[in-house]
Amino acid sequence: MRRNVLPGLRLSLGVTLFYVGLIVVLPLAALVFKAASLGPADYWAIVSSPRAVATYRVTVLCALAATVFNLFFGLALAWVLTRYRFPGWRFVDALVDLPFALPTAVAGIALTALFSANGWFGAALAPLGIKVAYTPLGIMIAMIFTSLPFIVRTVQPVLEDLDPALEEAAQSLGGSDWTIFRKVILPLLKPALLAGLSLSFARSLGEFGAIIFIAGNKPFETEITALLIFIRLEEYDYQAAAAIASVLLITAFSMLALTNFMQARALRYTARG
Amino acid sequence: MHATRSKKPPRVGDAPAIRRTLIAITLLLGALLILAPLLVIAVQAFSEGWKVFAAAIAHPDTLSAILLTVVTALIAVPINTAFGVAAAWSITKFDFPLRRLLLVVTEIPFSISPIVAGVAYLFVYGLQGLFGPLLDAYGIKILFALPGIVLASMFVTAPFVARELIPLMQAQGRDLEEAATSLGASGWRTFLSVTLPNIRWAMLYGIILCNARVMGEFGAVSVVSGNIRGQTNTLPLHIELLYHDYQTTGAFAAAFILTLLAVVTIIAKVALERRGAGRRRRAPIVTPAPEVAK
Repeated sequence: MRRNVLPGLRLSLGVTLFYVGLIVVLPLAALVFKAASLGPADYWAIVSSPRAVATYRVTVLCALAATVFNLFFGLALAWVLTRYRFPGWRFVDALVDLPFALPTAVAGIALTALFSANGWFGAALAPLGIKVAYTPLGIMIAMIFTSLPFIVRTVQPVLEDLDPALEEAAQSLGGSDWTIFRKVILPLLKPALLAGLSLSFARSLGEFGAIIFIAGNKPFETEITALLIFIRLEEYDYQAAAAIASVLLITAFSMLALTNFMQARALRYTARG
Repeated sequence: MHATRSKKPPRVGDAPAIRRTLIAITLLLGALLILAPLLVIAVQAFSEGWKVFAAAIAHPDTLSAILLTVVTALIAVPINTAFGVAAAWSITKFDFPLRRLLLVVTEIPFSISPIVAGVAYLFVYGLQGLFGPLLDAYGIKILFALPGIVLASMFVTAPFVARELIPLMQAQGRDLEEAATSLGASGWRTFLSVTLPNIRWAMLYGIILCNARVMGEFGAVSVVSGNIRGQTNTLPLHIELLYHDYQTTGAFAAAFILTLLAVVTIIAKVALERRGAGRRRRAPIVTPAPEVAK
């Protein structure tokens, strides 16, 4: 290896390790320590209590539904924004980032205002017998909103860099648009799609601010895991809060490992020479 | 194959019917899901007129929430930026063991629920946490006060600046800095006059996104702030408080301010993307910098 003449390794690495250690690692370690200090029997009793399990079910099912919706909508948006030019496409492209830029509490009260019984959408949906606010449907809408940009923004760059020659070759072989999309384009998008899906799903699992306003927060029905942690804290039941938080933490780490694995795989194909 | 083939076949999905259908569906869903929430905030904030809106903003509790939010950002964002630059410098300019692991750890806050982050801080600085009893003995207040709010904000935004700088500095390599150093420039001089001009837009991009998140953070801050009206209530927390007090107009007025922040953030983001910052980067995220033999 070549000798490195650049200065600042000690200072920059020192600052980095100190910051990461103090700000990121220490708190997470403290949380794990707290949860571990419970002992296996107590820990299991808390994390498998019916109310906690009900929150996992609501959170995971809503997050799955929201992610599947965003898979189609996000892919369509990325496609429309890279392939088609229409008046205002720049505006739409910028607007896609709004869910990231808008504070979650603001998103929460805005969506609740739209979907509550007398809101713009709520009033229109009421005659059809569809209730969104204060039902799992509302949780899904909030998750869809907050995690929408992930899939668009992971797929868009790949779609932009797609070599037109591949499509032309497939066209010259007589493939229909749908066949070419499925057999040529989709496989190339797969790594980016999977990474986007996992980011989107992870975000939905952990989302709090946007959801609590629209969810109704009824135990066993519309209570998400993040809220149950918050409730346990307000009851000064710190051990239960630590245990349930550790479940979210473990899930997040699994998702992170999955994302990194998929990114590494994606790089195998994209980072040539 | 086709005798009648003209210049170039239309690309996949370019048939007018497909094109129009896809544009129509996405625009409709986009309008319903993204634009409508934006509009409803403005409509609700001004539903009782300009005067009520102004009065809601001018309320002492709202003003103090705005102030606290700004102060938090003024502390958290610069520290975060310094960390981002240090992390990017160490990770891209040097090879050391576990570099990749460090990168992954830096990005952890992105995947973690803000509530979990808040709870984690409770177990460090809270009375039932690691340092809580010690801090309490010396009368130092971290939780339910400004330091806790700043720390929690720094956790959720830790990767923002680093994530923009690392791919860029990776792609730019080490040659320029090595040339400057070999010509006798000091480390700081090299950074300020060689590296910084190349990364300033990406850095600003990271700072803007970091700032938006700090000012808008809700979950993590709501755990560590204690929600003391007029004291430890940031603007997002104040929105919740007003909303649950049935002061809807006040809540939406406060939300309107944060919406303006989001809109300004997006405009700045687009402007910086035109200067090459942000997501249009081509470089892969983690590959060793190419070692060019000379």
